[in-house]
Amino acid sequence: MVLLKNFDKAFENKVRLGIMSALMVNESLDFTHLKELLNVTDGNLASHMKTLEQNEYVSFSKEFAGRKPKTKYSATNNGKAAFRKHLQALEELFN
Amino acid sequence: MTKEQQHIEDIQTIKEMMSKSTQFMSLSGISGILAGMYALVAAYFAYSSIYSNQTYLAYRKADITSESITSLVLIAMVTLILSIGSGVFFSGRKAKRNNETLWNEQAKRLLINLAIPLATGGLLCLILLAKGFVGIVAPLTLIFYGLALVNASKYTLTEVRGLGILEIALGLIAMQFMGYGLLFWAIGFGILHIIYGISMYLKHGA
Repeated sequence: MVLLKNFDKAFENKVRLGIMSALMVNESLDFTHLKELLNVTDGNLASHMKTLEQNEYVSFSKEFAGRKPKTKYSATNNGKAAFRKHLQALEELFN
Repeated sequence: MTKEQQHIEDIQTIKEMMSKSTQFMSLSGISGILAGMYALVAAYFAYSSIYSNQTYLAYRKADITSESITSLVLIAMVTLILSIGSGVFFSGRKAKRNNETLWNEQAKRLLINLAIPLATGGLLCLILLAKGFVGIVAPLTLIFYGLALVNASKYTLTEVRGLGILEIALGLIAMQFMGYGLLFWAIGFGILHIIYGISMYLKHGA
């Protein structure tokens, strides 16, 4: 199982894998929308986001929609490359 | 769980999240079937309002007066409102069952992409109607509706694309056989909706 070294620890968790999958096909997504998509709690999503941020796989910006603050997340180039590599490793397992 | 099973599940998660975050999956098949039925009933009423006061020994003559135009517009409005109403109702029910909300980012994207060709066609048809080109309006509505569906299909169930292509083809045929506009309308908005509604219902539920 030499191939497993290409597996990214950051994507071992289902929620983090889900976040990155969604951010690969959307320019940006806000916190509430992601929460709805993944069906997780605020705290759960926030902690996984933190991990991805620390890896510099996602970046965020704050916006105001009226009075409500909105946090928009997007995948960084770094994160996209890491996700592609992870996907490739997964694919090779089944070839 | 073995490692392999886990990897398969990971791939499924990736696929699911990619489609769920970009596509509106709650589009209801039942509402398609209902919209088709409303359209057929509407076509019947439209037919009787255009071809009323006929002597059956002579050739049929389409009788479009300002009075029948008013009743045609009224029939169209009622059909549209009923169709949109049941679309919202049944899609909302389906969304609830799938633990999703009806009015989400995906729904917005779907509607905007549907609305651009549809509004263009609608305005064009109104302009043509005002200038007296009644005949080409029926085929044009089918063509623009088809284009709108093809454009919006990227953001919802894949069947919508096929339906759109058929509507475009039907509209072009209708342009060739002008004078049968109502018949082509009944096929495009009635029968095709019913067929696609049934196939969506069987494949995706509700």
